[in-house]
Amino acid sequence: MAEAGRLSGAAPATPGLSPVTLLRIAIILGVLAAWELLAQSGCLYRDVVPSLLAIGSALIELLSHADYYFNLGVTAGEIGIALLVGGFSGLFVGVVLGANRYLSKAFEPYLYYLGPTPKIIFFPVMIMWFGIDTESKIALGTLSCFFPIALNVAAGMRQIDRVLIRVGQSFRANALQMVWKIYLPAMRHPIINGGRLGFGMALIGTLLAETKLSNKGIGFLIIQTYSVFDMPRMYAMLIVLFVLAIGANALIGRLGGLDSIRRA
Amino acid sequence: MTHDAAIRRPPRAQVAPAAVGFASIVTALLLTELLIRIGVINRFIVPPPSEIADSFYRLFAEEHIVRRFLLTAGECLITGVMISAFGIAGGVLMHRVTLLRQACETWVAAFAAAPVVLAYPLFMVIFGRNAWTIIMLAFVAALPPVILKTIEGMAATRKVLVDVGRSFNLTPTQQFRKILFPAALPAIFLGVRLGLVFALINVVGVEFLINYGGLGQLIEDLAERYDLAGTYAAICFVILVSVLFFIALEKIERWLRLVD
Repeated sequence: MAEAGRLSGAAPATPGLSPVTLLRIAIILGVLAAWELLAQSGCLYRDVVPSLLAIGSALIELLSHADYYFNLGVTAGEIGIALLVGGFSGLFVGVVLGANRYLSKAFEPYLYYLGPTPKIIFFPVMIMWFGIDTESKIALGTLSCFFPIALNVAAGMRQIDRVLIRVGQSFRANALQMVWKIYLPAMRHPIINGGRLGFGMALIGTLLAETKLSNKGIGFLIIQTYSVFDMPRMYAMLIVLFVLAIGANALIGRLGGLDSIRRA
Repeated sequence: MTHDAAIRRPPRAQVAPAAVGFASIVTALLLTELLIRIGVINRFIVPPPSEIADSFYRLFAEEHIVRRFLLTAGECLITGVMISAFGIAGGVLMHRVTLLRQACETWVAAFAAAPVVLAYPLFMVIFGRNAWTIIMLAFVAALPPVILKTIEGMAATRKVLVDVGRSFNLTPTQQFRKILFPAALPAIFLGVRLGLVFALINVVGVEFLINYGGLGQLIEDLAERYDLAGTYAAICFVILVSVLFFIALEKIERWLRLVD
């Protein structure tokens, strides 16, 4: 009996759930309970911290409206074009700088130090150059994602195994074949990592530009909820946006096999 | 010539590319000036570089750019202090409590990928249109790298150092103060450096977006007044300040690694 009691005492309280999972659930429940208490307490101005029910309703309403998907499509299109333009130009510049040490020493420091500067401050210039419609948002997204992609590709080029390059040369591959058959496959991980960073930067650049001056897109919807003080809808929109951004980031990393590199 | 001096002096092979890079930029600027003067580029869209250079004087004399710079620097400094205090404390706590680390480290890493700056309207509602919105948003955006790098630095402390501490019967506090923290300091500073870079980007960005505060607001102000040369000059000034800031942080980090 004592043995049975000891055994039952030693068994986990909830079979199948590890202590880590239990702690995670406890943290989530604790945060949600604290949130609801704060919402109901009236300590803050009304709706600054709306109740979970209000946020949940706003979330359902948001996701069931076709209007939201239209604006999501507009933003996704802008980010997609920005990634295409910024990605290919970053790839080209990265390959050129990575393949030539002289050019790398001449120009890469400028890219390296310009990369982390705040890009949103270029928005007035982009408006002047490309107008107030979607083009200026795409341009800002392009500018934002160009630097991480170019720098990652240039660094990736320098890390390519010399043996692979010599194999290509011994087969008398021309420049295009070298890029297509040797360089690009050998540095797929830095390219994907640059793409992941570039995606994050393009997303931020495009959406911030939309919040500043736009009449469509997710950024516009977010700033609209601020203008009309619809806080549950603003929270709902930020939740969806964060989930999409973090999910896309993780997906790019997983598809590119970056997780397996880190684990190895 | 000492060994140090030999390292510091750039070899001739490295000076030439740097000169070529600089010369290329000067040439591009001269070419732009020429194309604007002959009317190929519209001067009401891209002002001539000479006009931009002239505008720098106006930024100092009329736009109080030094005061604005100090305001932005102050916001970055407060954010830096906050991310250092909370980030290092959070990292140490998560390193000490393994279960907490296993449960939350992935969340912190995921949060680092979240576009936090887009929540600026929410922060404006909570804190109002003032410096606290800017500081708190920069704080939230810049916190994850400090926490993650602190955990990484603590976890990477060489086992032999920890064993030395144990053999001297150090208390957990002494072990932390004398062994773990000094060993993790370079990694922690790398986290703080990344955090400060994020902080600067977010501070200037939010100043621009909410039209409040220092250098970011100046760009917005000048653009609203359609002072194109002034806008370009202010953007150049922000880039210059950012680059000098990154170089200074890098130098401090390198010095810390040498000391380590």
